[in-house]
Amino acid sequence: MTPDDDPLPLTQPVMRDPFARLRAATPARIGLGQTGDGLLTAPMLDFQLAHARARDAVHARADFGTLAQALAPREIIEVESAAGDRVTYLQRPDLGRRLSEESRPNLRHGPYDVALVIGDGLSARAVDAQAVDVVEAILARLSPRLSLAPIVLARQARVALGDEIGDALGARLVAMLIGERPGLSVADSLGIYLTFDPKPGRRDSERNCISNIHGNGGLTAAAAAEKLVWLIEEALRLQLTGIELKDDQDTTVLIGGGS
Amino acid sequence: MPQFHTTLGSTRYTFASLGELLARASPHRSGDQLAGVAASSAEQRVAARYALADLPLKTFLSDALIPYETDEVTRLIVDTHDLRAFQPVAHLTVGAFRDWLLSDAATGPVLAALAPGLTPEMVAAVSKLMRNQDLIAVARKIRVEVAFRNSLGQAGVLASRLQPNHPVDDLAGIVAATLDGLLMGAGDAVIGVNPATDNVPNTLRLLDVLEDLRVRLDIPTQTCVLTHVTNTLEIIRRGGPVDLVFQSIAGTEAANRGFGVNLAVLTEAREAALSLKRGTIGTNVMYFETGQGSALSADAHHGLDQQTVEARAYAVARHFKPLLINTVVGFIGPEYLYNGKEIIRAGLEDHVCGKLLGLPMGVDVCYTNHAEADQDDMDTLAMLLGVAGATFLIGVPGADDTMLNYQSLSFHDILAVRTALGLQPAPEFARWLAGQGVSDTEGRVRALTNSGAMERLIGSGASRHDA
Repeated sequence: MTPDDDPLPLTQPVMRDPFARLRAATPARIGLGQTGDGLLTAPMLDFQLAHARARDAVHARADFGTLAQALAPREIIEVESAAGDRVTYLQRPDLGRRLSEESRPNLRHGPYDVALVIGDGLSARAVDAQAVDVVEAILARLSPRLSLAPIVLARQARVALGDEIGDALGARLVAMLIGERPGLSVADSLGIYLTFDPKPGRRDSERNCISNIHGNGGLTAAAAAEKLVWLIEEALRLQLTGIELKDDQDTTVLIGGGS
Repeated sequence: MPQFHTTLGSTRYTFASLGELLARASPHRSGDQLAGVAASSAEQRVAARYALADLPLKTFLSDALIPYETDEVTRLIVDTHDLRAFQPVAHLTVGAFRDWLLSDAATGPVLAALAPGLTPEMVAAVSKLMRNQDLIAVARKIRVEVAFRNSLGQAGVLASRLQPNHPVDDLAGIVAATLDGLLMGAGDAVIGVNPATDNVPNTLRLLDVLEDLRVRLDIPTQTCVLTHVTNTLEIIRRGGPVDLVFQSIAGTEAANRGFGVNLAVLTEAREAALSLKRGTIGTNVMYFETGQGSALSADAHHGLDQQTVEARAYAVARHFKPLLINTVVGFIGPEYLYNGKEIIRAGLEDHVCGKLLGLPMGVDVCYTNHAEADQDDMDTLAMLLGVAGATFLIGVPGADDTMLNYQSLSFHDILAVRTALGLQPAPEFARWLAGQGVSDTEGRVRALTNSGAMERLIGSGASRHDA
């Protein structure tokens, strides 16, 4: 059909989107349009979907059974924090930083250089989606000289729970892989916190952090493992982690945040 | 140490200190549980309120919650207390003070004259005896007018901070979000960016782009990059375009130390900003943010409840005559304010306490994804704050801050509050909106359905920072 054949010539001007060239510059929700003062239905539901995913990520239960199977035949130890349940966990960060009475006997001292802990943190979805890939990527790069503790799966965990776990295992370093607080754009982001000479009472400034490990434009498992292994070598060489461990690899250092 | 007590039926409740009495009387919130200062039962909470209601207001002048000798915020509160202004209520108990505040005798001008006579502990105490309805009824009597490049705080005005944050401080992205907000009628309180990278060169870069946009579009408002006060001081030395000095503050010396500030550096920064003489119609040059729980999270709360410590932050703020101050009420997370109910209550408390102390109080109505809250709760709080006469609210595109990863209000939400309650933007800004065709002849912001206004503003605004 040529324009001449068109029985209904356009009488309305074509509505161009003046925001088109602005949208590329920001992930912010700009140019949403309006009806009266309100949001149109589609962007309103888009927001609700993003929030729903973030909420589900916070409240889901990490699937440690599948995780343990995927990591087999490596030795796995499951523990939980003193928080007990999700509602308590969210209100009592102090309890999320301590092991439950039942969990403590599961951890035995050994001649370990590095302990890997996978904690659900604030996003079970992050653990379900990223943890296996990240652990495999770390193990593939870690020097065979280093002795690795059994992998610990920790429920209702805050970052600092790794201190008590690392202490109980007698590990020189603990790396806590933990679900980060979900945002609206990414609900399954994993973070890694590395602490030298872990023991209860370590401050956030004594850790190094690698954050934003996820599949939506974030750090890949391989890139995260690369950074972590570099940090592990440096930490063992310098006998410390934290703000004094300068990060030549442009890793984000510190920030305890909501975890 | 003084003892406070009350007897309910056959049970005698005692409270070992004034701080303990205030904490036990405080409405339930997770942060006070976490701190171990909350009432242990619902009945104990009400018992504390009975005891608090009988307490003479004067007690707060002699019983410092944090010692004068060890805390400069206490010294500021005590040393600047205006005994003459306090006289009209000096004979009242906390309970009688509540009754008086709600009475017809307590008019706006009377409350404005009273403000220098009130301490933060007095207003925190009386707020604990108030229901949400009371928090609103008292707050709405009080207007605190301030000015810089426009005027804020008048009856019938609800201003807005336009918060155009970007995850990596991309200049074109920040301009894009700013234009989005301007087209939605936001930005009269301030166009204020939280930098993703908080250092001097980056802040200067952001300030320059905001200044350029403001000047080019001739917007009667002020801009701000919310960096640390010491960075702003350095930027002023380098000749950067600083309208407002921003700083996060808290209610104890130790918590402020955690923020890397004290009263001396705030004084220095205010004088530096005043020396620039950039305000065209006023000299309020400070912008503060606060929030319940910040002192506890810095382990600097001295065993006090989080709402009382928060009110003490307002004593710091009022000393510096700010243009803007807001509580970032739900930002801190569910370990301090667990759910929508606690966030709504805290927002109303913070607002009325700031107003009673003479501040042009605003609120960032917000929550995080691990709090038991959603946009319905934000709608409720925003509307209640509109009724309560809040000076300004904060808006981000689509309510989603993609840099700080939390949810605030959208620009739409602020328009909805204005429309429902018949409120207007700051008068100078409202005229600019009309001149740009952003608002129509009835004052309604409908730029997104007016392609002419939209294309004109986007065309001129984005020209130098094309994506």
